[in-house]
Amino acid sequence: MRLSYPTNLRIVKVPCTGRVAAIHLLRAIEKGADGVFIAGCMEGDCHYQEGNLRAKKRVTYIRGLLESIGVDRERVAMYNLSAGMGPRFAEIAQEMTDKIRQLGPLVKSTNAGKEVVA
Amino acid sequence: MIMAKPKKAEEIISRVKDFSRVLVAGCKGCVAICEAGGQKEVEVLASAMRIHFSQIGKRIEIDEVSLSRQCDKEYLQELADSIDSYDAVISLACGAGVQFLTEMYGEKPVFPGVDTCFIGVTEEQGVWSERCQACGNCMLGETGGICPITRCSKRMLNGPCGGSENGKCEISLLVGRDVACGWHLIYERLKKLGELERFRRPSEDKDWTASRDGGPRQIIRKDVRP
Repeated sequence: MRLSYPTNLRIVKVPCTGRVAAIHLLRAIEKGADGVFIAGCMEGDCHYQEGNLRAKKRVTYIRGLLESIGVDRERVAMYNLSAGMGPRFAEIAQEMTDKIRQLGPLVKSTNAGKEVVA
Repeated sequence: MIMAKPKKAEEIISRVKDFSRVLVAGCKGCVAICEAGGQKEVEVLASAMRIHFSQIGKRIEIDEVSLSRQCDKEYLQELADSIDSYDAVISLACGAGVQFLTEMYGEKPVFPGVDTCFIGVTEEQGVWSERCQACGNCMLGETGGICPITRCSKRMLNGPCGGSENGKCEISLLVGRDVACGWHLIYERLKKLGELERFRRPSEDKDWTASRDGGPRQIIRKDVRP
């Protein structure tokens, strides 16, 4: 398909989004990412039954935690798409990058616009 | 086990914002089981604090440690070599752990990272309920294994009271969830055991000096002392 998506995105592959713990989202931010999104399977389509639903809960928790410490909750997000939805992935990557660019770098001195996707 | 719930991150942050080196100390005992103060929670809190302080441009070093227990000196001793390099400690242990840490390292400001709530059980994942008030004079043998001191909102020794309706305590309306009437539970349990005769004799007066009425409690057992 030769789709293009922003180059500032760093992909961290996990066997299932259920593997992504709350600390992984925070560590990504702590280590310089200005935003993180989890790209999980469609709800109801998890090979492990509820991995993506667990990830969703953790994202909700971390968004609340970030807000409480003065960080915009929009910096962490959960998306659901299947492995066959390449164009949607590129779209999400662009959407998230635009959103984070708008919010600006979390810490002024670190690399701006870096994102991590799991 | 002792149940606790995490304090809000902003409250903890406001306590330590003026220090330059802070240690977040977790406990791998009860508070780890109820997901309030174990290693995972230490990692999340410390990371959130680092993000917060770096965002506002404040240089505060935050380290993490998780002790096997904070209610035993031998485990607290593990901090002896490093504690001097910190200005303050946030302890995610229960109230007992926080105090024992304070007692051992008297010079160091120690702040609680959790609210200690009760002695209870894990009903299901994410649901913890109170089962014991540590009254020091257990009467479970008299009441079919259900504690009236804990399960009855009024701690009545002879119940149920007039506020019990369809097995629910009148406090349910107040707290916004169904609270079982402790004495209804006891009745149902004793019925199953064929011991309803128990209701014919009132409970004996309870010795509350074994509870908080006798001041802070202590157990000294000569048989296990060195």
